[in-house]
Amino acid sequence: MTNADETERQRLARIRMGLERRAHIYRIVRSFFCDQGFLEVETPIRASTIAPELYIEPFQSEAYLLSTSPELYMKRLLSAGYEKLFQISHCFRKDERGKQHNPEFILLEWYRSGSDYMQMINDTQQLVLHIADKLHFGAQIPYQGQTIDINLPWLKVTVREAFIKHAGWDPITAGDLSEFDIDLVTKIMPTFPRNRPVILMDYPAPMASLARLNPLNPLVAERAEVFIGGMELANAFSELTDPYQQRKRFQYEIAQIKKERNYNHTMPEKFLDSLAYLPPCGGIALGVDRLIMLFNDTNVIDDVVAFPEA
Amino acid sequence: MATDIADIRKNSKLLINEIPYNVDDAEFMKPGKGRAIYRFKLRNLQDGSTFERTFHSGEKVDEVSVTSQEMQYLYNQDQHYVFMNTETFEQTLLEESILGNKKNFLKDGTLVNVLLMGEKALDVTLPNFVELKVVESAVSNKTDTVTNQAKMVVLETGVNLGVPTFIKEGDILKIDTRSGAYVERITAKK
Repeated sequence: MTNADETERQRLARIRMGLERRAHIYRIVRSFFCDQGFLEVETPIRASTIAPELYIEPFQSEAYLLSTSPELYMKRLLSAGYEKLFQISHCFRKDERGKQHNPEFILLEWYRSGSDYMQMINDTQQLVLHIADKLHFGAQIPYQGQTIDINLPWLKVTVREAFIKHAGWDPITAGDLSEFDIDLVTKIMPTFPRNRPVILMDYPAPMASLARLNPLNPLVAERAEVFIGGMELANAFSELTDPYQQRKRFQYEIAQIKKERNYNHTMPEKFLDSLAYLPPCGGIALGVDRLIMLFNDTNVIDDVVAFPEA
Repeated sequence: MATDIADIRKNSKLLINEIPYNVDDAEFMKPGKGRAIYRFKLRNLQDGSTFERTFHSGEKVDEVSVTSQEMQYLYNQDQHYVFMNTETFEQTLLEESILGNKKNFLKDGTLVNVLLMGEKALDVTLPNFVELKVVESAVSNKTDTVTNQAKMVVLETGVNLGVPTFIKEGDILKIDTRSGAYVERITAKK
């Protein structure tokens, strides 16, 4: 990942601008949310339970798990009446190491009562525009030899449209989704324009365990993702608030995890108890390291992390 | 040995359909909530050809350990070249077809590095320079020109080589095994 000929001191000197910009972006993000009345919170990094997700594997820490996302705790706060929350937290996902992945990474999550997934996408647009403005880029971000025009509106495409056009099948009606991820990475993402952000929206219902289904079309989940400069930046949901539905979906995920990883995942009972009080809301998780990569003109996560995993 | 795909790194060695490959490049891609995808650039360790292959998380592959051992070339027989481990005196065979052009620079006693998978030899790495004797020198029908590769000679390994016209039978020549080109005449033969 790193240049083998470089000493640690040389590498840390080279990425200094990336680390300085990271600190600057944290200040901008915090004021962006605080100025709109969001409350910054912290929830356990060493968690007693996390959401069961087949393809997100946690690190074990004695009887606890390292947080893969603060989502369940954030929603427990929302259920207790907190309306607008945000958090910048360290998250951990096992075996995720690559050019754009470090097993320990930073997620920015925020939630709004009385809102939905497209409102969270709207917030993301405003946030990226705000950071670009504060960093004096205007609405043009130079990135990897191109200029990304972040002026509104951002390009919106549904999962169904993108897959029918570029992969030749419809994942909304298909029973078998085993090729979804590989087609997304190898056939869909490469077709996204590099000079504009893209919003991929309305995922197949089975691909969003914590999202609400579209009331008019229950084959589709209210989930949207933001892609900028070839990177997956953020994932938004209209949050599922039905404890019965949520338990059924968790039971399915837990069974899959048992089958594929032979691991007994605990049902998040406290979260399910709180869900009865969760108001309609939207939530989103944004990869902060990638946001910093975007504003630092690099596609290598190691360029914005002081001590990435070897 | 079945290894989880997540544990394969750049320069791991894999066995696929009995053919050993080096992972020249490994790219990890993963949608946040989706399955990990591994895109490997694989180099066939027997013929050097490369291709790309994509794996899903959870797949298993056969990882093999490939070592390099200094060995001495002994002789060839029936399209097989015989090398000897200079420490254990164990002998190993390599097919002529795998050696390719490298056989042109092998003479008895040459020390080479042999790439081994278990006990099976996959390839040899020659020293960058070898010294070979001219056994046959055709008469040059022209005088020296600015291009110094003016005539062909036959070396002790049987290979033809373009050399300057002043080279005579019995001369020892220094050859660059990477380009196959004449470098210089070694005048003082011990």
